[in-house]
Amino acid sequence: MAGWNIRGALKLAVCAALASSGAAVGHASAESVLRVAMTAADIPDYSGAPDQGYEGYRFAGYTLYDGLALWDLSSSDKAAGIVPGLATSWAIDPSNDKRWIYKLRQGVSYHDGCPWNADSAIWNFARVMDPKSPQFNPRQVGQMGTYVANIASVDKIDNDTIAINTKVPSSLFPNEMAMYYMISNCGVQKAGNDYAFYMRQPAGTGPYKFDKVVPHERLELVKNDKYWDPRRVPKQDRLVLLPMPEASTRAAALLAGQVDFVEAPSPDTIPRLKQAGMKIVMVPYPHNWDYLLRTDIPPFNDIRVRQAANYAMNRQDMVDMLQGVAVAATQTLIPSQPWYGNPVGYDYDPEKAKALLKQAGCSPCVIKVGISTSGSGQMQPLPMNELVKEQLEAVGFKAQLEPMDWNALIGVFLAGSKKYDYNAINFSMAPIDAVQGILKKWMTSYAPPACCNWGSFSDPKIDKLGAEAVGEFDVDKRNALLTAMNEQAVADASELYIVHDLNPRALSPKLSGFVQAQSWFQDLTPIMVSP
Amino acid sequence: MWLYAARRIVLTIPILLGVTIICFALVQIAPGDPIQNLLSPTSSAADAARLRAAYGLDQPLPIQYFIWLGRVLVGNLGTSIANNMPVAGEVMHAFSNTVVIALISVALAFVLSMFFGVIAACRSGQLADKLITAVAVFGISVPPFWLAVTLVIVFAVNLSLLPATGMGANGSGNFSYFQWTSLKFAVMPITALALPPLGIMTRTTRSAIAEILNQDFIQTLRAKGLSEASVVVHAIRNIMPQAIAMLGLQLGYLIGGSVLVETVFTWPGTGYLLNKAVQTRDIPLLQGTILVLATAFVLINLFVDLMQSLIDPRIKRS
Repeated sequence: MAGWNIRGALKLAVCAALASSGAAVGHASAESVLRVAMTAADIPDYSGAPDQGYEGYRFAGYTLYDGLALWDLSSSDKAAGIVPGLATSWAIDPSNDKRWIYKLRQGVSYHDGCPWNADSAIWNFARVMDPKSPQFNPRQVGQMGTYVANIASVDKIDNDTIAINTKVPSSLFPNEMAMYYMISNCGVQKAGNDYAFYMRQPAGTGPYKFDKVVPHERLELVKNDKYWDPRRVPKQDRLVLLPMPEASTRAAALLAGQVDFVEAPSPDTIPRLKQAGMKIVMVPYPHNWDYLLRTDIPPFNDIRVRQAANYAMNRQDMVDMLQGVAVAATQTLIPSQPWYGNPVGYDYDPEKAKALLKQAGCSPCVIKVGISTSGSGQMQPLPMNELVKEQLEAVGFKAQLEPMDWNALIGVFLAGSKKYDYNAINFSMAPIDAVQGILKKWMTSYAPPACCNWGSFSDPKIDKLGAEAVGEFDVDKRNALLTAMNEQAVADASELYIVHDLNPRALSPKLSGFVQAQSWFQDLTPIMVSP
Repeated sequence: MWLYAARRIVLTIPILLGVTIICFALVQIAPGDPIQNLLSPTSSAADAARLRAAYGLDQPLPIQYFIWLGRVLVGNLGTSIANNMPVAGEVMHAFSNTVVIALISVALAFVLSMFFGVIAACRSGQLADKLITAVAVFGISVPPFWLAVTLVIVFAVNLSLLPATGMGANGSGNFSYFQWTSLKFAVMPITALALPPLGIMTRTTRSAIAEILNQDFIQTLRAKGLSEASVVVHAIRNIMPQAIAMLGLQLGYLIGGSVLVETVFTWPGTGYLLNKAVQTRDIPLLQGTILVLATAFVLINLFVDLMQSLIDPRIKRS
């Protein structure tokens, strides 16, 4: 009897195990899961103020949250511009060029059911702008403060309309609002304004909802069925985000079937990935890999030296070394951006470079360059910088590369060129719009301690054009001014242009529907996952 | 015995204090700033200064150190700058993930090294000895990260037998060492971790046994008519204090020194955590992790010393 009981119990256990495994398989097959290997070292902050560069915005920002404006990520053919998001429209007040009127989208709720309206919008600005408000948080300021730096105040006009008053007239202000996420005021209030507690159940209005997190290992989001834009309701049920900073680990995980979507595979793994049937996608996007030059002291205060450095670059060699995951760059912007213009080019011409250095009397032209050993957007910094050094030294420069880790190089960038003795730094940037790609890079007023004119570049012609562009609310006229600014910056050889990244990604053959936008940000919602 | 143990425990306090000072100083000397990872790519130096003040990082270093030490003394390792979570919880979770694979690796290495070491010593100069020595030298020489990558290429990518990365299909929260679906994630990390100590311990066991087998008392045992197996057992008992000391050292190294292997396999242990903390300059997390690892290392050595004195009466008498 006892023996029968044991056998019976074993049978029951086996049946239960089979049933549960069957249930698990059934569950897994019913739910389509997109697993993404990020290059980030850790899970980005998902409280509505992403850290870890624009990868944080890409995966923990635009998935969970929306801004008043959004990036249009629906096309691979043009550089992404902004489109309405949580605001359906915006316009400058005809009687006041420092007052923007935003019409808010109606009928939208946060994931926790909290309504989106003017009160919520004003609460969201106070979380970064008003130190006296209970929701004010220095961490949120660190990430989001830069986007509201030009806001003087925000007024409620009615439940669905707000007015944003800027400190100075700024025709490009709406771009900033595509980077500023709105988070659930109810959620933060319920958490007692403790953002660490709020992160246990964060809520935005984005196409994905938070489900769970395993710290340092995975962030799991699920489809928001009720997303306000039906075209962007995710085509998969679950999105799993995995930090994998090692490129070889990401490639191995894709080949072993543990992930479906890999960010930035290293060039040497691409042939192997293709051989295994993986899809490699890449498009140009505003990501230039360049040297920022310190232009207030020799040798780069002399335009001839800056031009010589640019003529010394055999960019095709660099592209070949990278096995085609980059294209040659002779300016900061990419051709599909509206301000690209028709500037002078810097085709490879070593003889001209040598002649310019001779004219400038810089021989050997000694420069010290700060570089990173790795880092977000830095591509393959060690071999790439070695090649740049080799090409510079072939025409008469003597380049001393000083490697440091990415965090240290960010510190060098933020502190500005005058705090260190570098003549240049290899610091790739994201000229995603005219503010970041033109104004902040070249206008004197953005030199340190402001961001982002690291090398204190200054040209009165550019400053004049910039001031006119910021005050010009006619789009065509403004674009003409910005184009002229960009052309002048290139004529000045304001930095050492090298390549634009093509941002390779490797996708499992199970995936379809992904449209890689010409942007740092990507829309994962159209991706379908086949069993 | 108890006096000896108490004396050793008291001596660990200045060691740990020294560790905290060195760890704090090293983190500060390294270039970089923990708050830079919390800043937008277009933030200004003023934004950075505001955030630095909010985290108390604008205070003089000695004050920062004593504030941290004061908290540690009451069991508070602080809060991670990167993700705002308590460091103690983060470290203990990672520590438990590392300890298990380190223990399994060392236990595996110990058992195999005793087996192979004895065979090599008893067959000194013969083919078995040469083969075992070759494998041991390979284990000592091969960089663990290279071995880890090679294992991934062979067993995950080419043969699809084992997963390449992670700790379970749904993260470490659901991991079980008693289910193959979970355990298979640990096979390659354990193998990569076990090989170097296996090499070291095999070589040491071989030479220790060979030396013992040449001693006079072994000749006496043989002369008394004991079988060769019984003689070898006597020899093994004689090398146990040395073997246990080696075991403790290797366990300590694995718990603290598995950064590369854990990073390659994305195994969420202390090594992986340290790597993240270094990359993000998360000073509280870095200090907390190093402190816990140093404490573990000291305690393991203390335990080994006490075990040795229990096993070998000569140590107790001394």
